[in-house]
Amino acid sequence: MKILVCISHVPDTTSKINFTEDNTKFDTNGVQFVINPNDEFGLTRAIWFKEKQGASVTVVNVGGSETEPTLRKALAIGADEAIRVNAEATDGFFVAKQLAKVVEDGDFDLIIAGRESIDYNGGMVPGMLASLTNANFINTCIGLEVNGDTATATREIDGGKETLKTSLPLVIGAQKGLVEESDLRIPNMRGIMMARKKQLTVLEPVEANQETKAVQFEKPAPKGEVKLISPDNVDELVNLLHNEAKVI
Amino acid sequence: MSVLIYTESENGKFKKIAFETASYAKEVAEKLGSTVTAVAINVDDTSELSKYGVDKVLSVKNEKLSNFNVKAYADVLQQAATKEEAKVVILNSSANDKYLAPVLAISLNAGYASNVVALPESTSPFKVKRTAFTNKAFNITEITSDIKLIGLAKNSFGLKEHEGAATVDAFDPTLNEDDFSINVEAVDKATGKVTIADAEIVVSGGRGLKGPENWGMIEDLAEVLGAATACSKPVSDMGWRPHEEHVGQTGKPVASNLYIAVGISGAIQHLAGINASKVKVVINNDPEAPFFKAADYGIVGDAFEVVPELIEKLKEFKANNA
Ligand SMILES: Cc1cc2nc3c(=O)[nH]c(=O)nc-3n(C[C@H](O)[C@H](O)[C@H](O)COP(=O)(O)OP(=O)(O)OC[C@H]3O[C@@H](n4cnc5c(N)ncnc54)[C@H](O)[C@@H]3O)c2cc1C
Repeated sequence: MKILVCISHVPDTTSKINFTEDNTKFDTNGVQFVINPNDEFGLTRAIWFKEKQGASVTVVNVGGSETEPTLRKALAIGADEAIRVNAEATDGFFVAKQLAKVVEDGDFDLIIAGRESIDYNGGMVPGMLASLTNANFINTCIGLEVNGDTATATREIDGGKETLKTSLPLVIGAQKGLVEESDLRIPNMRGIMMARKKQLTVLEPVEANQETKAVQFEKPAPKGEVKLISPDNVDELVNLLHNEAKVI
Repeated sequence: MSVLIYTESENGKFKKIAFETASYAKEVAEKLGSTVTAVAINVDDTSELSKYGVDKVLSVKNEKLSNFNVKAYADVLQQAATKEEAKVVILNSSANDKYLAPVLAISLNAGYASNVVALPESTSPFKVKRTAFTNKAFNITEITSDIKLIGLAKNSFGLKEHEGAATVDAFDPTLNEDDFSINVEAVDKATGKVTIADAEIVVSGGRGLKGPENWGMIEDLAEVLGAATACSKPVSDMGWRPHEEHVGQTGKPVASNLYIAVGISGAIQHLAGINASKVKVVINNDPEAPFFKAADYGIVGDAFEVVPELIEKLKEFKANNA
């Protein structure tokens, strides 16, 4: 089985979010970048397939050269090779178009992307990629088994889950549950050394238009002070929730 | 040239988000000088949509569509959009809607903006405000394609009633075999339980509750409020509570009217996921807990004393206001 894992290079979850250039660009100053958490769950499952069932794992990112350390980390965790499409990830459609080309040229059976990236939260790449490549698609995937050409997946739905059966090629939108938190791997020294020798191919982008443009950013209005209520006066909280906040 | 919406239903009845999508679409349509057409799949009685500004309902009745199926549903919506010559298509943010939207975007050749929180700032160019960086910021997105697809963020617009009556047309789209290449084998859904996705109130517990044996009071508090229960990430990682309850940046997002956090410190990743909730209450014995900076109301105190007391007071309140 040939697996492709799409890796988004995102600010660490603890990052302070600021903007520059008149609030048109994300300020990367002092920001640590990591593998998007949803993608990391997917990557970990891909490596499980490699070790337990035999599979090759390629990771791909659409981005500038600054994303290469993130791809190297994915290689250190256990991916076999990496591809970087050398273009700024301007919108979900543009990225999906680039990935579709990689999928078609590489003849991948299983494509794993995160359900959403934690920076733009678009939630569009996996579904668009599946449609562009005529693959089956399962979003919010919390369980996946592959047997030959057949895949059995569990999808999280509002208030529960459902079991789906389909065939490869398949694209999934991964999230926590696909593997457990405790299954995530921290690259060890040997992995990091090996990653340096693994192949990282840089491809030039294919022509694709952009359908959306992030034109401006805003930070939420500063929050007012919390209203503290004494633990001896819980009645007051009920009163405030009813009369002031009007939520009960 | 109408604005097309998908109105989600379950067991033949509309979900509340269907009415929110309709309320929002009505105002978008007014801005565009257009009307709202709703697609309803296997809904017994669609008349309620009239109340929320829908002008026309395309009612699809087809047994093959009894389970949600992404390709088939996207195919239905694509055919409806083409028939109506819709330039704006609006979905909500349920798990199914977020699953559908990118697939539909490709078949319609539409630019898609998800998590949209307000009416378009302008319709030419078409600009919408959406959340980004997991609720730590907003971003104004311009959709440049001819057809625009909007994913409305849950609980961001509310319900608005309108006068009028919708016409109902039966709609019978052509489905093909490929639409069913993903087969639903089993659906596992707790019945009669309030889900985090649909809840107006969410009661959430953190590591401060010390162990799973102490969740009785969280469930009792949820019960008096008709709320869903949730938890912080370590609580689900340790197996105190099921994964479905994990909320936050790497868990489920919460956009309820009221979010009550008990024994949760308020780490940035937790707050990111629940910030879209309108009113936040924290109960924590550490006055320095970061949650107090994010909350509207707070009690500095021992959860094991405050929560039982709060349950009693709420019961009294409910009894007096019944
Ligand atoms: C990549 C990444 C993603 C993450 N994603 C998420 C996420 O999605 N969701 C999430 O929740 N976390 C997430 N986290 C974890 C997050 O950083 C915190 O560790 C976590 O939210 C803390 O959970 P907690 O508040 O339950 O526990 P703690 O931080 O241990 O807080 C417990 C609180 O309980 C209080 N307390 C103790 N006893 C009592 C008492 N008797 N009465 C009242 N209060 C009491 C304490 O004062 C303390 O504030 C993520 C972390 C990382 C690195």
